[in-house]
Amino acid sequence: MQALYAQLLVGLINGSFYALLSLGLAVIFGMLNIINFAHGALYMMGAFTAYFLLHLTGIGYWWALLIAPIVVGIFGMVLERTMLQWLAGLDHLYGLLLTFGIALIVQGVFQNYFGSSGLPYAIPDYPQIGEWRGLQGGMNLGFMFLPVYRGWVVIFSLVVCLATWFLIEKTRLGAYLRAATENPTLVRAFGINVPRMITLTYGLGVGLAALAGVLSAPINQVRPLMGADLIIVVFAVVVIGGMGSIMGSIITGFALGVIEGLTKYFYPEASNTVVFVLMVLVLLVKPTGLTGRAA
Amino acid sequence: MKQRISALLLGTALALAAGGAMAQDKTVKIGVLTDNSGLYSDLGGAGSTLAAQMAVEDSGLAAKGWKIDIVSADHQNKPDIGTTIARQWIDVEKVDIFVDVLNSGVALAVNNLVKEKNAVMINTGAATSDLTNTQCSPNTIHWVYDTYMLANSTGQALVKAGGDTWYFLTADYAFGHALERDTAAVVVKSGGKVIGTVRHPLNSSDFSSFLLQAQASKAKIVGMANAGGDTTNTIKQAAEFGIVSGGQKLAGLLLFINDVHSLGLKVAQGLNFTETFYWDLNDGTRAFSKRFSERMKNKAMPSMVQAGVYSGLIHYFKTIDAMGGNPHDGVKVVAKMKEAPTDDPLFGKGTIRADGRKLHPAYLFEVKKPAESKGPWDYYKLVGTTPADQAFRPLSESACPLVKK
Amino acid sequence: MSALTDDSIPVTPRAMRDEMIVFAAMAVLLGLVPLTGIYPFFVMQALCFALLACAFNLLIGYGGLLSFGHAMFLGTAGYCSAHALKVWGVSPEIGIVVGIAGAAVLSVVTGFISIRRQGIYFSMITLALSQLLYFIYLQAPFTHGEDGIQGIPQGYLFGIFNLARPTVLYYVVLAGFLGGFLLIYRTINSPFGEVLKAIRENEPRAISLGYKTDQYKLLAFILSGTIAGFAGSLKVFVAQNASLTDVHWTMSGEIVLMTLVGGLGTIFGPVVGAFVIIAMQQYLAGFGQWVTVIQGVIFVACVLTFRRGVIGEIAHYFRRSL
Repeated sequence: MQALYAQLLVGLINGSFYALLSLGLAVIFGMLNIINFAHGALYMMGAFTAYFLLHLTGIGYWWALLIAPIVVGIFGMVLERTMLQWLAGLDHLYGLLLTFGIALIVQGVFQNYFGSSGLPYAIPDYPQIGEWRGLQGGMNLGFMFLPVYRGWVVIFSLVVCLATWFLIEKTRLGAYLRAATENPTLVRAFGINVPRMITLTYGLGVGLAALAGVLSAPINQVRPLMGADLIIVVFAVVVIGGMGSIMGSIITGFALGVIEGLTKYFYPEASNTVVFVLMVLVLLVKPTGLTGRAA
Repeated sequence: MKQRISALLLGTALALAAGGAMAQDKTVKIGVLTDNSGLYSDLGGAGSTLAAQMAVEDSGLAAKGWKIDIVSADHQNKPDIGTTIARQWIDVEKVDIFVDVLNSGVALAVNNLVKEKNAVMINTGAATSDLTNTQCSPNTIHWVYDTYMLANSTGQALVKAGGDTWYFLTADYAFGHALERDTAAVVVKSGGKVIGTVRHPLNSSDFSSFLLQAQASKAKIVGMANAGGDTTNTIKQAAEFGIVSGGQKLAGLLLFINDVHSLGLKVAQGLNFTETFYWDLNDGTRAFSKRFSERMKNKAMPSMVQAGVYSGLIHYFKTIDAMGGNPHDGVKVVAKMKEAPTDDPLFGKGTIRADGRKLHPAYLFEVKKPAESKGPWDYYKLVGTTPADQAFRPLSESACPLVKK
Repeated sequence: MSALTDDSIPVTPRAMRDEMIVFAAMAVLLGLVPLTGIYPFFVMQALCFALLACAFNLLIGYGGLLSFGHAMFLGTAGYCSAHALKVWGVSPEIGIVVGIAGAAVLSVVTGFISIRRQGIYFSMITLALSQLLYFIYLQAPFTHGEDGIQGIPQGYLFGIFNLARPTVLYYVVLAGFLGGFLLIYRTINSPFGEVLKAIRENEPRAISLGYKTDQYKLLAFILSGTIAGFAGSLKVFVAQNASLTDVHWTMSGEIVLMTLVGGLGTIFGPVVGAFVIIAMQQYLAGFGQWVTVIQGVIFVACVLTFRRGVIGEIAHYFRRSL
């Protein structure tokens, strides 16, 4: 029973990454009607940016959490301005193809310059307050040894997800955003610059991916291909949850992380495939996804 | 072109001078088939091509009238691209010998082709021990390492050092299963005990739940029967969960110096694993590695795969030079290579067995603590050495048809 | 919203005649390859991928369904054929049949699941399904994991054609390609193909006309998957191995790329695209690290500036259907 609690908690950690990434996808999809295949590559860029900040300028983890999403977000906005915006009015599938191409380029270039085995990034050891050495070390919870960093990931990503939800569902800015999705012409008539909002939205979605990248840098090796396989799992998460609602993608992300964690305990052989199998089941029962509207 | 003609003339002149009635063909073409862009590019890639060039330069064969060309290509880790390139190299470019050929899938595919076309392969990159077992070929020499040796050396040496209880973290596919099976057998044979196993899917990004199970088992050694990104992520997350600082030892069953370099000593310290080459072993390896790293784009030290390319080619050049020319009959060349003992500064003295297995000692290393390291690439402490005749699969267990019993 | 393909050119008898002339020219040119000294194995590999891309094109170009998992049919047929040939020791024609059957069964199952969603969701579902299959093949013992199935015997087709001889193998592969191509061509121009195009253009209208559109789409999916499987079976004889790379998502991406370069929804585009991409892979092998980057650049360039693809642009310029 103790082991079970441990697996549940560990699953929640994975769920944090799924939630952050699928949230970013949902935000972008809602506004641009594009499935961002480059999401995995941008997640990777977030981790690399954290690495560069530390090793080139000495800027540590805490600032990286803020700076890396902004840097990668700006890169994303440049992509949107220079490429994606030309696809407006074309079939949505072109957006998928274009972002797939971007992902190949970004991953290829990083692989060329930084090799394939990856770069090290340590868990921050500051601020040091009493016994705490930053996020290093762990606590004995009785039923498991929980590394402090893992706990931090869960809490922080929950806060970020809820903040994003609040921004989009409860603020004036979010209301404009939602309105612009429903009826761009009308919103434009109100004097709101719709193209700029689209660019900012893409930047926001990309920034969320980069933030997930920074969060994962101390746990996973910072590698050019770290996002390549992950993005496919996140796609399945998105199909299961549907991209209709922000809250839906957050909840599905966390839930699937937990289910995957349980599979790792009860039947580890299937833990890589369980998300895909669930996707098949959901499609058979409820083709529009758990929370989604019809596409 | 001019050079080629003059070399040919020179070759002909030498042959005539030697009194031979038949002109000796002294051209040879080397194909470096490797992964230039993917997962294993740090291990082989451009470094393997450089090692081949250095072998050509150091062999001194050009001065003896030999004309040696090198071609290299990226098989992109796809067996079908690998075989198409290899086939074209043999049929059109007249490549005589393949080196590197890492990635077991590509290696086994090229192994079949090389046998069919009677060329030569000195494989320095692939891990599969099938190359000299069920799939052995009179045209192939497996130079550097294989899974059986890694399992055998690491298992034996660690049990001897007191690590007698093992827990395996195994990648759930044929390769991981084989690695686990071989190691477990050695552990049991050496008097140790396997107290548990957990199988994780390939390319996992999260190992925490598996590590928790390994931790709960209280085994002295956590053996990682996986490779590449899976291994590095396991090590990184093991440090996070305090596996090593909690008193358990991590043993890598397939790990290279490039992995340690990318992990950093802080995370990798205390890790145990086997390699057959390390740049800082002796004066010979240091001299070569210094020259090598100066010519590498990122100043990296050679991996054992790259060192193997150099070492294998040096022996190949000695052999064809002794034959005098016409190095195009693969079976004949490989037979001659097996007759002569090998000797080079990187792997020392060694031999090549009937099944194509090159024999040399295997070294068990422990990764240094950051404080012990004197600078970049100073990573290993030598913990134990398994002699050449005990490191590899004994011929008595071999399923290779080339072995006479 | 503009559709993925350029359909402004009506299909007239003249267009049909043009297409037959181009087809005949293509067949003759390909038939002459062994006499020219061009390396046949390169062309054989390209032909297998050309057929695969044509099968993929049937779905996207005429059904409007972008499958991002078509490698699963290639790989499944490859594994089935390879296993049958090597382990069961069957003759080549039986090996091909086993491969095609495997792909057909798979396409029925995956088609039934994925056809439930459209557009981007359909792409993501096919991608996820192929990834699921990838993990299954990785762990299944009969595929030998990363080592793959190696050294597959080529044998005698129908007991007479020795496939170990490159020229014989070449003509067998060519015949297979031309046969598959004609089958697709026939399908596109059949009443079934017309209904497919109608569904692509306006599904609600097709439904209101009384067509059971899901059944049409499923049938197109099965046909496409099965022909893709045929390409996979042929490829086993060329490469003599079956490996995980053929089921990986990067392979699915390459199939999309080939078709995009040649021209989505054009008849000859996928063939041209396959030759371009395969030639590029072989040629760039010497360049090393830039293969994926260049592929990515081609993707981006095609989508931004060159959406009709090579053949699509030519056809548009001459106002002909190709």
